[in-house]
Amino acid sequence: MRKMTKGEKIFNVFNVLILLALVLVTLYPVLYVIFVSFSEPMKFMKNTESFLLGPVGFSLKSYEFVFKYGTIWSGYLNTIFVVVVGTSINMVLTIGAAYVLSRRQLGARKFLTVAILFTRYFSGGLIPSFLIVRNIGLMNSLWALILPVAVNTFNLVIMRTAFDGVPESMEESAKLDGANQLTILVKIMVPLVIPTIAVLILYYGVYHWNSWFNAHLYIRKRNKYPLQLILRELIIQNSSANDVGLSSDDDAFLSETIKYSTIVISTIPILLLYPFLQKYFVKGVMVGAVKG
Amino acid sequence: MAKTKTVIGSAAVNRKKPLWVRAKRDVTRNWDLYLIILPILVFYAIFHYAPMYGAIIAFENYKPARGILGSEWVGLENFRTFFGTYYFWTLLRNTLRISFTSLLVHFPTEILLAILINELRSKRFARVVQTVTYMPHFISLVVVCGMVLQFTKSNGIITKLFGMNTPMLNNPNLFLPIYVVSDVWQQVGWGSIIYLAALTSIDQELYEAAEIDGAGRFKQTIYITLPGILPTVTVLFIMRIGKVMSLGSDKVLLLYNEAIYDKADVFATYVYRRGIENTDWSYSSAVGLFNSVINLALVVTANTISRRVNQLSIW
Repeated sequence: MRKMTKGEKIFNVFNVLILLALVLVTLYPVLYVIFVSFSEPMKFMKNTESFLLGPVGFSLKSYEFVFKYGTIWSGYLNTIFVVVVGTSINMVLTIGAAYVLSRRQLGARKFLTVAILFTRYFSGGLIPSFLIVRNIGLMNSLWALILPVAVNTFNLVIMRTAFDGVPESMEESAKLDGANQLTILVKIMVPLVIPTIAVLILYYGVYHWNSWFNAHLYIRKRNKYPLQLILRELIIQNSSANDVGLSSDDDAFLSETIKYSTIVISTIPILLLYPFLQKYFVKGVMVGAVKG
Repeated sequence: MAKTKTVIGSAAVNRKKPLWVRAKRDVTRNWDLYLIILPILVFYAIFHYAPMYGAIIAFENYKPARGILGSEWVGLENFRTFFGTYYFWTLLRNTLRISFTSLLVHFPTEILLAILINELRSKRFARVVQTVTYMPHFISLVVVCGMVLQFTKSNGIITKLFGMNTPMLNNPNLFLPIYVVSDVWQQVGWGSIIYLAALTSIDQELYEAAEIDGAGRFKQTIYITLPGILPTVTVLFIMRIGKVMSLGSDKVLLLYNEAIYDKADVFATYVYRRGIENTDWSYSSAVGLFNSVINLALVVTANTISRRVNQLSIW
């Protein structure tokens, strides 16, 4: 390799510095949340500095409170239900639809593909969708968070691309043995597209864990709230200390720091999993980008 | 269209038979495939096509008790009322301002980040940068907006940093910068993935040839890297233009408050408030339908342009 010019050396140094700064800017807000969550509530309230390099004092009080606060656990359970059941339904339907739409012998293939893809570009709008869900009796049911989003058309396209890539000969030999399509799909095709299936499980799972808007529309009973709605109540709508069950003046300071510990407790599962799953997520972006 | 080609020569015969005969044969032959896709078709019928039919309440004075067919037909009245208000222009201005600003900030920053990561000598450091900058994408919107609100309230860290002492989001002029900056923080890394992929697919021989010709890295970036990712950039840019009117309500809904509606309210949030909160079903459906139609028109236009420019189409 050729020797670097002086300009290139300078560029390299600046490049590293710029990206290092970006890493810090990206990480700091998250670190700050963690610092505050471990801070002593009273000391944090009286703190006047803007930047923190660690917790102000050290206290687990706000965590103690959040762990005792029942609603957060019911939120956790509701969310876990939606993630597990929702993602399972998502996967069964997405795999089925994608497989069928990738079969060339299907007479209505083109018609069905167009009919399904069209929904990505045109919709009846928020209100008619809301009225449908309400009319079929899904208000205040966790199924309202699962059924209206049972298939994501974008993910369906990613899945179909995977099936398109499987050589047709794989299917032919099974057909000679007289297997029907469901057997072929489950026994032969699915094992061949496991990487894409992994990507989509992650996409759907993260979607369900993080989504809040449908719950905001359809769930009005607090014991059915998923985690994100509880979070919204605690950290976005300015719930006063009383609303969350803090009464004495002493505890009033807690209302600040518990917002931060709630954020930590609700986000930790995804942030801990993410580094291990990163390469699958990234792979999905590539596949999805081909047919945006 | 009839691609039933199981028996040699049957395609030609098929074309002559009436549609229902071909359909019947197709269903008998592929009954198992149709059975698998049936529940998915039911899903699309109920949750996507039924709302399109339901959107006709935009032309009615819809009363839930009377149903869609029994409600009074008012034609274009709801649309006329909407276009007649000064608020229509406020919504249009806000939607376009927020969309275009996001677009114009996101694009260069994502491309720049991809190029900078690509230029890094140390692959290990490159991986660290990627892992860290993709991370915020996985934090929920509620949490990100919660953080923004905490950081910008009267004694929040960012408010203190700028030497202010009132909630920043009560100032209508600060809504746009806060919205865009937090969005870039959350998405710039994730958005750069696609450009990074385009960068790595550039033919390495081009760089070697340029090196022999004595081109430095800056020149290589200008003459090889940028032209190399240009097709990707154009397609994504055109597609994003096609979506400027479909700015979602999620993030705005979480961040805004009554004091700043004038600068923050967009079509989607207005539909939400008029429909879900005020149960003004027909009027809000009209606003939503108007928005959907414009979106469709924009996407079709964008795709037509993209096809002309790059021979690339999304369908």
